[in-house]
Amino acid sequence: MTAASTRDDRIPLRMRLSARGLDAVTLLVLPAVGLMVGLFVYPFLYGFWLSFHPKDGLSVVGNYLRFFSEPRLYETIAKTLWIALPVTAINLLAAIPVAFRVRLMRRQRLLTTLLVLPITLGTVLVAEGLLNYLGPQGWLNRTLLLFGLISSPVKLVHNYWGVFLSLVITGFPFTFLLTLSYVTGIDPTLERAAATLGARAASRFRHIFLPLLIPGLAITFCLSFVQAFSVFPSAILLGAPAGPTRVISIAAYEAAFEEYDYSLASAIAMIMAAVQLAIVGLILASRGLFYRGPASGGKG
Amino acid sequence: MTAIEGSADTSKVASSLAHRLWVTAVWTLVGLFIVNLIGMIATVITSSFASRWLQAWLPSGFTTKWYFSAWNEFQLDDVLLVTFQVVFAVVLLSGLFGVPAAYAMARREFPGKKFVMLLFLLPMLVPPITYGIPLATVLYKSGLGGTMAGVILANLVPTVPFVILIMIPFIEQIDPKIEAAARVFGAGTFRLFTMILLPLLLPGMLAALLLVLVRTIAMFELTFLVAGPTSQTLVVALYYAVFAAGVRAVQSIDAMAVIYMAVTVIWLVIALRYVNPAQIVTRGNQATAH
Repeated sequence: MTAASTRDDRIPLRMRLSARGLDAVTLLVLPAVGLMVGLFVYPFLYGFWLSFHPKDGLSVVGNYLRFFSEPRLYETIAKTLWIALPVTAINLLAAIPVAFRVRLMRRQRLLTTLLVLPITLGTVLVAEGLLNYLGPQGWLNRTLLLFGLISSPVKLVHNYWGVFLSLVITGFPFTFLLTLSYVTGIDPTLERAAATLGARAASRFRHIFLPLLIPGLAITFCLSFVQAFSVFPSAILLGAPAGPTRVISIAAYEAAFEEYDYSLASAIAMIMAAVQLAIVGLILASRGLFYRGPASGGKG
Repeated sequence: MTAIEGSADTSKVASSLAHRLWVTAVWTLVGLFIVNLIGMIATVITSSFASRWLQAWLPSGFTTKWYFSAWNEFQLDDVLLVTFQVVFAVVLLSGLFGVPAAYAMARREFPGKKFVMLLFLLPMLVPPITYGIPLATVLYKSGLGGTMAGVILANLVPTVPFVILIMIPFIEQIDPKIEAAARVFGAGTFRLFTMILLPLLLPGMLAALLLVLVRTIAMFELTFLVAGPTSQTLVVALYYAVFAAGVRAVQSIDAMAVIYMAVTVIWLVIALRYVNPAQIVTRGNQATAH
């Protein structure tokens, strides 16, 4: 630093720094950066380091070997994916047509407010509510019985379907609102132009909207998937946490707070992050195969 | 829709019929979702007022006694106090950390800005349970685990980036010439901040902090991983109550759930006066789309 300041000492250091965008205002970013490094980056790196230092201290990769050799542990990946992938796909497939309808509505506020409700109430409350509502004496089973759709109550809680439905209740609004923001971001004149040129609704969707939407839908899928993959309270409260809904976050939680093996817990958290990253990476990479460009249209 | 009356084109009629069926199907889907959602919430509310509710559509009688028993059994006065202390501390601190950082990010181009942006985006993209476990480990090793300070710190991880990402576009749309003009007329940094920036930033800050408030009340995972017996927030206490169902009456747990819903919805309604509901989900994620 001293060598640099003697070389061109005609211009003060402060001015040279501010020419590069570094001045007192830039320093305002530092407290937040420090906080994030301390509470996010450091714990992550520490967890990564800790995962290679197993409790028994035998082997550096001992935790990972243990994870992939014990069915109780490695099966959680498949179980989590088996819940998260179908839920995300269904939520997204349902969200697209609904978003296209709602886009045409002038008064969307009531609907969006209703849909924001399950997101803000959170997974614990939804699990608690569904426990009664979906139960054998709940209103859903009673209604289905009343209309003769079923002959005896369907078991919807303490199994796979309880978790599945809770993820639909919290996940669909999230997916829908994201999709809606992408759909409304497309310039409506593009569709009108296609309609003027004689394109039917189906082909307008296929040739105009879909290519423009793919990047946004890929991101929506990733964000919704990551949420579903980290399902935790409803998998315990509404699912069968010892059986088919023993998801990976339950395994990590048990390792940390029931076995007090923070090292194994960190390893599971790292595996969890890696699986999420792999799926997200896969989706975003395949996005590159499609059109990427402005969705606003018109002249510059 | 009546334009097809005079048309003899049968394919047009057929496609119009298909279109109507499609529209009906879509609205039916939405209707079913909302009916089930309302049914779920109504079940909780009905049950919390039920004196006895077994094997029937509706309870045999109504009472408010469960609210009193829930209040005592779950020590809700303590829990609510902790909840509000945690939530307001998180709101205040995320504003103090987030708004200045957002100002710097909006006004300056500096080397490594993309990297800093990534640092703020990641905690919003990684789900809390993934980073919560290493974070809880660190907090427990440093003696902060189980304390209220630990809970507050853990909750700041998603909220500070959230405030930053909401505030950046808000600050960008304020003309920097206004600040320059104030400088020309001799305003110091402090006066510039209190007399020019603060009033201009207030609407954006209000919206961002209200959203932080609503999100923190409902933030389960991080609080659950870090909280001890004396630093539980309402949502964590609700989880433990449902988890240990059978120990207490169902109605008592439902009464607690209604109190939780009331606390959340009051703030949600206030927040919705200042923000579009879609923002609750999308704003933080918009930045990633580019």
